[in-house]
Amino acid sequence: MAGEDRAVKLHIENVYKEYKGEHGNTVALNGVNLDIMENEFVCVVGPSGCGKSTLLNIIAGLHEATSGTCYLDGKPITDVGVERGVVFQQYALFPWQTVLKNVMFGPQMKRLPKAECEDIARKYIKLVGLEGFENAYPKELSGGMKQRVAIARAYANNPEVLLMDEPFGALDAQTRAQLQTELLKTWEEEQKTCFFITHDVDEAILLAQRVVIMSARPGRIKRIVDIDIPYPRDQATKNDPRFLELKTLVWNEVYQEYLEVRK
Amino acid sequence: MNETTEKKVKKKIVISNKVWLLISLVAALIVWYLLSLGKATGRSFPFIGKTFIESFPLMATERNVLWGDLASSMVCVAAGFGLGFITAVPVAFLMAWYTPVQKIIMPWINFIRNIPALAYAPLIVIMVGVGKTPAIILIWICTFMTMCVTIYGGIANIDTTLVKAARVLGANNMDIFFRITLPATVPFIITAVRLGLGAGLTTLLAAESTGAQAGLGMRIRALSGTFESAPMLMYIIIIGIIGMLLNMLVNFIERKLTSWQEKIEQ
Repeated sequence: MAGEDRAVKLHIENVYKEYKGEHGNTVALNGVNLDIMENEFVCVVGPSGCGKSTLLNIIAGLHEATSGTCYLDGKPITDVGVERGVVFQQYALFPWQTVLKNVMFGPQMKRLPKAECEDIARKYIKLVGLEGFENAYPKELSGGMKQRVAIARAYANNPEVLLMDEPFGALDAQTRAQLQTELLKTWEEEQKTCFFITHDVDEAILLAQRVVIMSARPGRIKRIVDIDIPYPRDQATKNDPRFLELKTLVWNEVYQEYLEVRK
Repeated sequence: MNETTEKKVKKKIVISNKVWLLISLVAALIVWYLLSLGKATGRSFPFIGKTFIESFPLMATERNVLWGDLASSMVCVAAGFGLGFITAVPVAFLMAWYTPVQKIIMPWINFIRNIPALAYAPLIVIMVGVGKTPAIILIWICTFMTMCVTIYGGIANIDTTLVKAARVLGANNMDIFFRITLPATVPFIITAVRLGLGAGLTTLLAAESTGAQAGLGMRIRALSGTFESAPMLMYIIIIGIIGMLLNMLVNFIERKLTSWQEKIEQ
């Protein structure tokens, strides 16, 4: 089902990344190849240090691969670009700006008229359910609300690809569940290509059409699991027998890698 | 709320900050008064009557120097601090952006910072002659070093995720400077201003020690030559009051500019 007649949106070809350190070089990614289809939701799971964040940073254009290239619509990625939105784990909201100003940031960088920036921002603030908090400063918001603002800010730039680096990692279980449900709903409505990093296996299976399992040090793709559970999904999906089956499968693969790292 | 809890709330006496300030002032006056009673301590710390009520007309009208001293010192501090500020900000940014600049300048700032200004004050006088100029230069040097180190520390510790977030949203280098680096540095610039003003005032005495014709610091030294402790104490307290007023001004600016900061609740 996934991607039969859809175009390849992101093409990751032989990406190799080495970090130079004082105690020798560390290979973070060792030959990663992956195709992500248009509007596909892909989750990447793997133990800490498997290079999943590095991969996201390379796709975002924030880091450069030592060798190998990522392509967006067939064009090599060399720098950051507004067609690739990023949501960070640490929210990364600008603390000196209100919620409205934070969400307006992207449209303003496109030098759109102020009124238009504000309209766009208000639309996405509404989408993430933060109406009434337009003039609040980040310090006045809870972690979940901050991440909603960060998601709204990414959406306001109307990116074609959404890159999310463990966006719900710092949130409590209830808030995380709620934001997962909201994200699913938004994705089903707005259909964007999503590249989502997590170490939570439940989260990966609940959200993704495909789960990419990465092996640790040096990071490479170990296995790709198709999640053949139909959408719309919600928290109840977690009780689906197929969900539990896939969970056992993915969990075992990830746990093996975790043990490898511990050795 | 029921009656018993209401009573409990009422029982707890809450003293406002203004009242605390008053209590603190009274306590200080008591200590001062006790000091003025002692034979030896009284020589140095005459009580309000002598220190202010007698000395003020003496210095302000009879000898007619107080306003001139005040003006002269304020001009020195303002000019020295102003020069310190407008040089410290760009140098701090250059140090943060270009590692070689930081590597070359920083060790010397740290070296000179620990030398009392009084030690090299004569060198400046030999260089530029007596008057306000050497005082301004000395205050400039001291405030520059204090502020430069503080602002540099602030820029160097900017959360890089914020810069990344701005870049992926399409910000260019100019946008990042004006919309991320600068606002993120404002709290550190304000701290630098506070420390710089403090450094300016403490350098004042050293700055006016060699050949100044007027000034609070110069007058204190002159009065020490004639053992006039009462007007001397008045001048010392005036310097303290100026420091306090400047600090209040900085606090006011800080509240206006950095209310967005997360503060640890007490």
